[in-house]
Amino acid sequence: MNQAEQKKFDLLITGVGGQGAILASDIIGKAAVVAGLPIRAAETHGMAQRGGSVVNHIRVGETYGSMIPKKGADLMLALEPMEAVRYLDFLKDGGVIIVNTQPVLPVTVTSGQVKYPEVRDILDALSEKYIVKAFNADELAFEAGSRLAMNVVMVGAVSGYLPISKETLLESVKALVPQKTIEVNLRAFEAGRQKVEES
Amino acid sequence: MTMREYMLGNVAIARGLLEGGVQVIAGYPGTPSSEIIDTLACREARDYHIEWSVNEKVAMEVAVGAAWAGVRSVVTMKHVGLNVAADPFMTLAYAGTKGGLIAIVADDPSCHSSQNEQDTRRYARFALVPCFDPSTPQEAKDMLPYAFEFSEKFEVPVIFRPTTRISHGKSDIELGEIPVEKPAPHFEKLLDRWVMLPKNARSRHTHLLSIQQPIEDALAESPWNSLELKPDAKLGVIGAGIAAVYAKEALVELGIEASFLKIGTYPVPGRLILELLETVDAVLVFEELEPVVEEQVRMIAQEAGLAVSVLGKANGFVPREGELDVSAFLEALKKTFDLESEPESPGTELELAPRPPALCAGCSHRATFYSMKKVFGKDAIYPSDIGCYTLGIQSGTVETTLCMGSSISIGSGLYHAGEKRPICCSIGDSTFFHTGMNSLLNAIVNKANITVTILDNRITAMTGHQPNPGVGFTVTGEPTVQVSLAELCKAMGAGFVSVVDPYRLEEIQEAFKAAKEFEGTAVVIARQPCVISGKRAGIRRVPYIVDPEKCEGCKQCIKFGCPAIEFDEENKCAVITALCSGCGVCAQICKFEAIQEVKR
Repeated sequence: MNQAEQKKFDLLITGVGGQGAILASDIIGKAAVVAGLPIRAAETHGMAQRGGSVVNHIRVGETYGSMIPKKGADLMLALEPMEAVRYLDFLKDGGVIIVNTQPVLPVTVTSGQVKYPEVRDILDALSEKYIVKAFNADELAFEAGSRLAMNVVMVGAVSGYLPISKETLLESVKALVPQKTIEVNLRAFEAGRQKVEES
Repeated sequence: MTMREYMLGNVAIARGLLEGGVQVIAGYPGTPSSEIIDTLACREARDYHIEWSVNEKVAMEVAVGAAWAGVRSVVTMKHVGLNVAADPFMTLAYAGTKGGLIAIVADDPSCHSSQNEQDTRRYARFALVPCFDPSTPQEAKDMLPYAFEFSEKFEVPVIFRPTTRISHGKSDIELGEIPVEKPAPHFEKLLDRWVMLPKNARSRHTHLLSIQQPIEDALAESPWNSLELKPDAKLGVIGAGIAAVYAKEALVELGIEASFLKIGTYPVPGRLILELLETVDAVLVFEELEPVVEEQVRMIAQEAGLAVSVLGKANGFVPREGELDVSAFLEALKKTFDLESEPESPGTELELAPRPPALCAGCSHRATFYSMKKVFGKDAIYPSDIGCYTLGIQSGTVETTLCMGSSISIGSGLYHAGEKRPICCSIGDSTFFHTGMNSLLNAIVNKANITVTILDNRITAMTGHQPNPGVGFTVTGEPTVQVSLAELCKAMGAGFVSVVDPYRLEEIQEAFKAAKEFEGTAVVIARQPCVISGKRAGIRRVPYIVDPEKCEGCKQCIKFGCPAIEFDEENKCAVITALCSGCGVCAQICKFEAIQEVKR
């Protein structure tokens, strides 16, 4: 196995339009380029984005296409619990799921058409076949200084799994978040990283 | 050292245009193509003209004028935009160009953000023009300078066709040089080229046909096609555009020894196809959307009298609809080798709530639709159009969506067919300027008794907030004429034009009542900036809360469908969340005065 092979890592980021999934994948993508690794990513833009379900594919060390094959992802970073379940097809058996337990209710639920499943039931279902790291990333972001930094908490949470150094990822966070929110986002990253290291 | 950057495919395409020395850029927004112009408009040093045109036909003609002046020009659009621009494009193929002209037409397999899955490569064949089909964002960038040169060499326009996963994929991109020197414009008066009288058209058609083989031969030599023959391989794989990397990844992963032809240009490289067909027993053709390459492969095999079996979309090995990926190629391989598909592993038993895209909290379209429904009623017919407001299908006021601008003309047709029910159309401001204007003019002149609602949110919202003729600034933010929708409609002869604020329910409902009673074509302009662009422009409103003491749990506000309003089942009371943007519409809906502004 050559070095590039060892550094291959397929990551799926799922969530809801507006949660900052694109920024999260940009932080990782930009860091991969700095680390000298090839990178491919696929994102949801346009109509589907308006409060809809979104999924980003990030392939560190990949030189072909941007789409992760079914059962190909090493890890799923779910910014919302129900959106973890929606894309399980892409995760390999025994893969890792890092999931934010804070639900975002879709309009089908707020308008009373359907019920949102119990978060406990979601986590139980995920734990049957996968390794699950679950915590409330919205709360960690709030403690770090802003709920808007939830996506960076999640990047911190996945950072230990990526074939990219923590320092490179932090540089990428600094380069991509608004100037005046850098401190908050660095704290958010650390909070997420620590949460997963502890578990 | 080479420069590498992490880029969106459309940003890489924008970079490729710069490296190709583009001088005039025009387009109309459409997912997945919009970010190309957004990117080029934001650059600080701009030595080119750039514009959002009012529609794709106009954009195409602007690019044609520039190319006829001898400079390199580009027009960008989504696939269905080429239908609008097809009139100039088909004849442009005859007339040809002087400066290089690239029509960037982005296809959307799987209709991520589109109303159909048409394949632009069919247009290339239809118009007899070359087409470039990139397999990665890097290749997309690298192809563009080549495409400009190619267009100039043969004096033909070319199509460049990314798909959604190229345009909205991201990748590390190796950058090239941007040229400093550009040619000065000079329009040469070549009347036999630029005036398509029948006499000239006939000779140009002959000319166009005569350069087809030289074009194919030149493209076959280009770096965008490559043939790897594996000794003793019985199976050949042909991958076109982005599908080539999906196929390649799967073959490498499985360690299958197959000869491989990657195709990135049209007309297809017939010589390379023949070379492959002569060495294998079967060939599997993998391409997004239509079987364009596959049909050519079948023809080449038949002409050469080869008994090779061609596997693809025609015989069910590869799906003809939706989007391809590595898994789709693996499925095709299993069918090729007659292997059983693995049964789908059972998923979880959890019932997931659907999460369709929805209008934002505080979106004025929701308020307009609410009042429209209230006044026109369940029985009325609601033709609609293309934009964010198509999501208003949830409000029961979107009953037709065909193409840009069609709401008003379809409404006219319904009326002239003899429909006696009231007809109320909805169309966005940008869509109205695009092609709705012609339809309104037609409706007025031909006396269609319908109501036309222009949802004027002061921007082209759905595609990422591009300016339109109603907003008073250009793509680069420069101030320009602000065209008045009301004056425009009056000038076209509308006898009833009313401009209202959709956040004021009484005001808009009065206007709808008057429009409904008006004999003839009535226009209601519901004006309120998009909540996203409004927020960016600094509009701040006080949010609302529910007073649980006053809330009776009647759910009238819940039925309004705003994502900021939830229902607390335990306390039988509505709750307004942090998503509230302060439009105040729900407060007007509430009969118990339970919804009030947050007190500071």
